[in-house]
Amino acid sequence: MQRDKLANCPLQPDYTLHPMLRIALLMLFRDTSKYVMLVVGLTFCSLLMTQQSSIFCGLMLWTSATVRNIGAQIWVFDSKVEQANEVIPLREIEVTRVRSVPGVEWAVPLYVGIEQARLGDGSFENVQLVGLDTATFVGRPMQITKGRIEDLRLPDAVIIDQVGIDKFRKKGITIDVGTVFEINDKTARVVALCHANRSFLGQPYVYTTYDRALQYAKPQRKQLSCVLVEPKKGVSTKELTREINTLHGLRAFERDELFWATIWWYIKNTGIPISFGTVVLLGVIVGIAIAGQTFYLFIYDNLRYLAALKAMGARMPTLAAMVFLQAFSVGIIGYGLGVGLTSFFGYKVLKAEQPPFFMPWQVPVFVAVVVVLICCFSAVIGLIRVAKLEPAVVFK
Amino acid sequence: MSADSSPESSIAVEVKKVTKIFPNGDTPTYALREVSFQAQNGKLTMIVGPSGCGKTTLLSVICGTLGVDSGDIEVFGNNLKMMSDAEITHFRCLNVGFIFQQFNLIPTLTIVENASIPLILQGMPYRKAEEKAAALLEDLGLGKRIRSFPRQLSGGQQQRVAIARALVHDPKLVICDEPTASLDAATGHHALELLKNSACNADRCVIVVTHDSRIFSFADWIAEMEDGRVIKSCLPADYHHG
Repeated sequence: MQRDKLANCPLQPDYTLHPMLRIALLMLFRDTSKYVMLVVGLTFCSLLMTQQSSIFCGLMLWTSATVRNIGAQIWVFDSKVEQANEVIPLREIEVTRVRSVPGVEWAVPLYVGIEQARLGDGSFENVQLVGLDTATFVGRPMQITKGRIEDLRLPDAVIIDQVGIDKFRKKGITIDVGTVFEINDKTARVVALCHANRSFLGQPYVYTTYDRALQYAKPQRKQLSCVLVEPKKGVSTKELTREINTLHGLRAFERDELFWATIWWYIKNTGIPISFGTVVLLGVIVGIAIAGQTFYLFIYDNLRYLAALKAMGARMPTLAAMVFLQAFSVGIIGYGLGVGLTSFFGYKVLKAEQPPFFMPWQVPVFVAVVVVLICCFSAVIGLIRVAKLEPAVVFK
Repeated sequence: MSADSSPESSIAVEVKKVTKIFPNGDTPTYALREVSFQAQNGKLTMIVGPSGCGKTTLLSVICGTLGVDSGDIEVFGNNLKMMSDAEITHFRCLNVGFIFQQFNLIPTLTIVENASIPLILQGMPYRKAEEKAAALLEDLGLGKRIRSFPRQLSGGQQQRVAIARALVHDPKLVICDEPTASLDAATGHHALELLKNSACNADRCVIVVTHDSRIFSFADWIAEMEDGRVIKSCLPADYHHG
């Protein structure tokens, strides 16, 4: 009998949802103080997480600047080397040994070392000296902004990057083509300017030929930093790397392998991830504390009205959808503002190239996941109150 | 216990030997003790009695917001005990209008938005629901205030919004819990007058819970409760308060 009579009023689960969602948004947006508090909390949380993660990624990218600047496919080091910024000098003969490996198209020497540059006025700066193979210039700077790479073959010729130009400018010295300075008391003349990726320690890159780099460097028994290798056509880098690794005392890396080995070395051996991780964690805690608590208060303040809605016939899925929509709308707005502000920050710092900033797509995705979790947490703790709510409380 | 014996009247709500116990440690509280009660279509039935006598509990079980321990409740022939929670909720959505003691108007919604909620819950598109609620508010004398928020209205005006919200979806049963408790005597009188004029028609049953003896005269039938029981059920003319 009941069912027949109820047939006149069929359940309409989905149809009732949409207009009530609008009501939910009105309830949220017009509660200005809590709405602003929620958005500010989630914006700050998103900003903190995105910005700190991006600076961390930028810093990690700086550690691999040499790998990205030189760009060879295979790098061969001393067998004890673990990452690109760690140089254990090799004997010159190692170039020939590597060349003898089947599948090698060419192999050239590379010098990388930190040297001291001194200008005419006595000011000095540590520089990252890169000695390129004289014949081929393999590992040359990707972007020459002034001058010609070929001029590197002239006596005492060097190419300096924009970081160096900026650093010396801050000391009141203008570096341009033709500027003469000293590297370890030996004359160096700028023949071109270039743009290179910034190194972890922020030292300018100074390029010269391999032979001249050895003259600039302090004398050692072994001076070769590494050997750059190109595989023959049809030979995979992985295969050739494996082959070179069979040579005693040498360790070969593929470019990507060296890139990640360098980054992982810094992650494992420095306090950088803990430092940034702590700040990101703080962002999560701030998000949960501010957003979670404010949203719970928002729900708590509206409990009486939610109970009235329940009494008037709002079903639990409808109320749940309302609460989730409220939580996610502040989440989306807070996330958008947070990531937007970080992007603006990134745009500004990328122009200045400091502090490091790199926002790969994984960072906003990670922050979005955290914000979603915070919103879910906030919505669920609010919903628990709503679910426990007896509609009869409206009569009390 | 019949409200009226005239042939045109029909039973809208029938409560049969309902008992409701609230667990309260070792000594459970009997809120309703085998209560039997009827309310008819076309009548305004008042449930009266002192505080704590079980009036509001009876109201809650009639509209299905509270379950019972024993007995049956039939509302328009539907036995609430035989219905699931979802079915009762849906039944309330379609057939019951509420006027609460504290009005319970959502403060962040305008009065037209508040009044349109029952229609929206039924699935009516937002604009259409607002138009219908606005027309009813106009009839209740609030046509110029439809974009106001509840806090901007007087108690009497808020009560009129609550009446509009209770009637906007044309429910067959209107439940009022102490409708004059938050109002002064004159405003309360006016609110009941308005309720009686706008809510009472041949197809609708109105149940009012009150202990305000000044409004008893608006009732078509009075049921008096004491200690969880209906002790008297009569015409207002036959009811002698106290």
